[in-house]
Amino acid sequence: MSNVLVVVEIAGGKARKASFSAIAAAREMVKGGGAFAILVAGAGAAGAAADVVAYGASKVIVVDDAGLANQVCEMFAPTLVAVTRSGAFDVVVMTATSFGKDVAPRVAAKLGAGYASDISGVRAEGGKLVIRRPMFAGNAYGVCEITTPVRVVSVRQSEFAPAEPSGGSSPVETTPFAGPDPAAARVEFVGLETGKSERPDLGDAGVIVTGGRPLKERFASVLDPLANLLGAAVGASRALCDAGHAPPELQVGQTGRIVAPKLYFAIGISGAIQHLAGMKGSKTIVAVNKDPEAPIFQVADYGIVADLFTAVPALVEELKKG
Amino acid sequence: MKILVPLKRVADPDNANKIKVTLSKIETTGLEWKPNPFDEYALEAALRLTENGANTKARLGEVIVVTFGPKETETTLRGALATGADRAMRVDVTDDQLDGDLVARALKTLVEREKPDLVLLGKQEVEGDANQVGQILAEHLGWPQATAAGTIKSEGDKALLVGREVDGGALTLKVTLPAVVSVDPRIVAPKSVQSVHSPAHTYADGVRFSALMAIMAAKKKPLADVKLTDLVSDVALKITYTAFEAPPARKAGVKVKTVEELVQKLRTEAKVL
Repeated sequence: MSNVLVVVEIAGGKARKASFSAIAAAREMVKGGGAFAILVAGAGAAGAAADVVAYGASKVIVVDDAGLANQVCEMFAPTLVAVTRSGAFDVVVMTATSFGKDVAPRVAAKLGAGYASDISGVRAEGGKLVIRRPMFAGNAYGVCEITTPVRVVSVRQSEFAPAEPSGGSSPVETTPFAGPDPAAARVEFVGLETGKSERPDLGDAGVIVTGGRPLKERFASVLDPLANLLGAAVGASRALCDAGHAPPELQVGQTGRIVAPKLYFAIGISGAIQHLAGMKGSKTIVAVNKDPEAPIFQVADYGIVADLFTAVPALVEELKKG
Repeated sequence: MKILVPLKRVADPDNANKIKVTLSKIETTGLEWKPNPFDEYALEAALRLTENGANTKARLGEVIVVTFGPKETETTLRGALATGADRAMRVDVTDDQLDGDLVARALKTLVEREKPDLVLLGKQEVEGDANQVGQILAEHLGWPQATAAGTIKSEGDKALLVGREVDGGALTLKVTLPAVVSVDPRIVAPKSVQSVHSPAHTYADGVRFSALMAIMAAKKKPLADVKLTDLVSDVALKITYTAFEAPPARKAGVKVKTVEELVQKLRTEAKVL
């Protein structure tokens, strides 16, 4: 029996798509009995609550406060802890977004709870949760249990398909903001710069086109036509981001975003372990690389040994023929 | 500024695909030990914050490195001392006796003893990929945190302006010291760290190498041994691993000759277009 609290993030006044992976994980956890509730916390949470009432939660708890306007973990943590305690929840689950990774361990520490991060699977077994999580850049999986009465986990978005609505309408209740953590007095939110992109987020995209080092300053001019045609998100290798040819938030890999789209194009990507760690869960992988020995071909379903500067435009033309 | 940098040694991350899982156990036999790359970035950032970039020989602050590991992890610490850290501590323990929570609780005691202005560490170590020690430590200390820092600008050694790499962009926080900051790889770009001593200095990209003289001199720098039980009385783990599994194998596919063939296969075989 688990009494699970799912923490849902808000983006642009709506429940963030990534958070539906956490709902999917919560459904797995309560298969052995129990129930889950959803907490929507943030400025504008009251409006976003409607997005999550049809997912089978016992209730949707709303904390809507201007103090939660920015994702500063010292502002959120006390509220997450207060809701966990007052509802006697024994599991807290979030998606391992950049915010989830920031705040979940802090919440765990406040609760004296063990924290398993970025998990790829969970199974209820008696009163226990058997957790599976990738390690060593995805080259091994660890099977673990959290030994504390309260358990906190973050789930890898690419490993849990977003929950679909199950119908019904969970009751919505409002709970007050628990106030800032004392440490919040020493943190000031200065600003958030986001790339002004019309494209889907890397975590949500069904198709991703990722470019590597050889693209250099032609990163956008070569990949944009392909991405636009496919409605794809654009990603980049670490080398390309480090060299300043692509913004850091586009980095795919162990240290960047971990993705598993339906279709992944690796363009001029050699296939370093750290990159593979971020994309090898993709359903179909296409690689374009000049070097026939590039390690990317060992994981690609379809590979073309070719110069990307001719192959990518040719691919665009071929796709246009429909 | 006084900075504490926790470091971990890890099995060579560039050969992590050679890790074997046999009988539910991880085998790293044949792999070299290396410092966790993220921790090396943290050390580099700590050194940049405590020096004048134009004259890196004069130390303008103190960088203390600490690791949790058996005797042979002194090699990792000596390497950090050779790079420029001022002194080192080793908490004598093996990896299987640790989890992120226990490391954070032990670090809390060390921080209370050493009173650094800043704990600077890698955002994750590349074995467990857990990304939690910094956050848990910050909570236990009641300090503010800034995770996944891509840029750090010192404001008079009293506060840091930290550019955090987040999903979809960069989030800037100003944290008043003392604080915990974890770093992303971009922190070692030429202008990512602006110290109070030489804010406009442009560094070589990446982490610095140690000169032979520095390697010799590092042998004489202080390295203290600490017992885990001197730092924490409760050494129980909050996470226990019962088994390890190899990842599902992904087979190499086919090489196609032309983009026409590729598109045709994506449409009719993979059915993803």
